[in-house]
Amino acid sequence: MKAQALPAVELTRVSKNFDAVQAVRELSLTIQKGELLTLLGPSGCGKTTLLNMIAGFDVPSGGSIVIDGRDVTAVPPYRRETGMVFQSYALFPHMNVFENVAFGLRMRKMAKLGIERAVGRALEMVKLEGFASRRVGQLSGGQQQRVALARAIVIGPKVLLLDEPLSALDKNLRRAMQLELRELHERTGLTTVFVTHDQEEALGLSDRIVVMSRGEIQQVAAPLELYRSPANGFVASFIGEINRLPPARCRIEGDEAVFEIAGHVVLRARRREKLTIAEGQETHLFVRPEHLTIATSKSSAQNKVSCRVTTHLYQGAYTLTRVDAGPLGNLQLRALGGEAIAAAPIGSQIEIDIDLDEAVILAG
Amino acid sequence: MSARLARGLRASLFWGAVALILVYMTIPAFVVLMTSVSPSELLEFPPSGFSFRWYERAFSYPDFQNAFVNGLIVTAFASSLSLLIGSAFAYLVDRYVFAGRAALEAVLASPLIIPHFTTGFGFLLLGADLGLGQSYAVVIATHVVLTLPFVSRTVYVSLRNLDPALERAATNLGASPFEVLKRVTLPLLRPGMVGGWLLAAILSLTEFTASLYVTAQRTQTLPVAMYTYVREYTDPTIAAISALLIIFTTALMLLANRCLGLRRILAIDVH
Ligand SMILES: Nc1ncnc2c1ncn2[C@@H]1O[C@H](COP(=O)(O)OP(=O)(O)OP(=O)(O)O)[C@@H](O)[C@H]1O
Ligand SMILES: [Mg+2]
Repeated sequence: MKAQALPAVELTRVSKNFDAVQAVRELSLTIQKGELLTLLGPSGCGKTTLLNMIAGFDVPSGGSIVIDGRDVTAVPPYRRETGMVFQSYALFPHMNVFENVAFGLRMRKMAKLGIERAVGRALEMVKLEGFASRRVGQLSGGQQQRVALARAIVIGPKVLLLDEPLSALDKNLRRAMQLELRELHERTGLTTVFVTHDQEEALGLSDRIVVMSRGEIQQVAAPLELYRSPANGFVASFIGEINRLPPARCRIEGDEAVFEIAGHVVLRARRREKLTIAEGQETHLFVRPEHLTIATSKSSAQNKVSCRVTTHLYQGAYTLTRVDAGPLGNLQLRALGGEAIAAAPIGSQIEIDIDLDEAVILAG
Repeated sequence: MSARLARGLRASLFWGAVALILVYMTIPAFVVLMTSVSPSELLEFPPSGFSFRWYERAFSYPDFQNAFVNGLIVTAFASSLSLLIGSAFAYLVDRYVFAGRAALEAVLASPLIIPHFTTGFGFLLLGADLGLGQSYAVVIATHVVLTLPFVSRTVYVSLRNLDPALERAATNLGASPFEVLKRVTLPLLRPGMVGGWLLAAILSLTEFTASLYVTAQRTQTLPVAMYTYVREYTDPTIAAISALLIIFTTALMLLANRCLGLRRILAIDVH
């Protein structure tokens, strides 16, 4: 077996208090070399604070930070060799594109020729060849974003830190930049920590996602795992759309798990290896909208529930349908295309099928 | 139709009022400018002809020559010192939280409340006590105090407009605190600082009340020399020198406006 490479960043029981606010609480995390790790969480959960502590702008109230094997907890930010891209880009307005990108190299006392070559290469990498002598004020938001990226990667940082770098861009540009960021990451292989509160962005970009809430880690996992088996209710409802069913009581019948909700609704699921729920225990079921379907007369599904259609939200590729399922509460269905709108008019009484094989089942 | 008429009427009323205010504001300067080109020996308005003879006299009058040079010396030192001290204060107030910060701000604003008369009189007594008399040092010290609030205010506003992320970005790229100051903070503050300096220069060049106390014949500045002149003579030379001072300060004002305006443009550029 290959020897475990040195991690890029190691956070050990790191805390940060601002007066009464505990922004980050005893958080431990290991960031592997070359991975693109996303910090995801609601506003105010401590993402920026964590990033600032890695960069050295915020001094931890407790714990230690190791970058590339060296304890940097007490090292000032200008000696940490991290590359940060700010939400506002923070390009120097009194310098042109070349000087902006060259700044970090000048600080490292690199020779003139080397600087020219490195800046040229960095601008090429972000597809801004020929922009070297532009004033930064003449650039569009997307271009400024690229300059900020080039400026950060040109110094070959030990870790690239991106704080919501795409949030100021409009939706289309944002999509394009997400793809480019991912490509750039493949090409440079730089260890990257990416902050966002957009879960789709996180799912699309990351090797691993760290879901945070109130200064603590809720779960660290690859996107697919996070989506399919969230560790708790918070992660389940934060990642993607999900229906949370009322608390259920679980029973095992042969190779089936039977859930009794609100006294009389009974739902069945195939028993799973990993399911460790005892007889009679209270459980919580979370079902993705794509696992709810409108039942047709000939379908023989086992979990049929009758409900009333309240709204349709047509999204082009799919339609979100809201239904009132009586004791199960309001539920959302997702169906490809727009057929559901005609098939189940608003106000009509329909039957839906709940597929629990992919459901998230958590012990209460 | 009548709505349009009403709108037209309202617009002309508005612009009429603006014109009236403009005339009202500039009329004293206008009268002085007119009088300055009068050929007559006496101060008269409107002038009975046209001549530059009083300008010649204003230029060749030794007291005015000396006073102008004095004014430049005092202004150069006072504005520069004021900029230095004002910038330091502005930086302190912007960046640090310390006991007495509010008090410092109040002290900085105090020349706006204390009459120039009082400041001048105070420095006159102090100068005499220290054996400095009415030397340049005392005049400069007085002008520094009078211009300080304006300079520190200007620099403070520039500092506030500075995006803190810029300094962080420089730090992140490996710049030590000194390098950040040298390569990012100061260059971005420069328009504000130049503007502040020019503002101080204008105030210092035209300051009269306090200067009357703290200057002597040898150190008197132009406004004081002008005052002395009108007490002895009543010819249009005084109008001519006034006109020259107006032109000179207007030029400085335009320059200051360009610097401070430029700062604003830069601030827009960043975001
Ligand atoms: N300088 C500060 N002084 C006081 N409180 C602060 C400071 N910086 C952050 N906080 C607090 O710490 C908590 C975490 O803030 P942080 O900026 O890290 O959140 P975030 O996850 O980046 O949020 P967002 O998604 O809105 O950017 C918040 O409650 C915030 O109010
Ligand atoms: Mg943030």
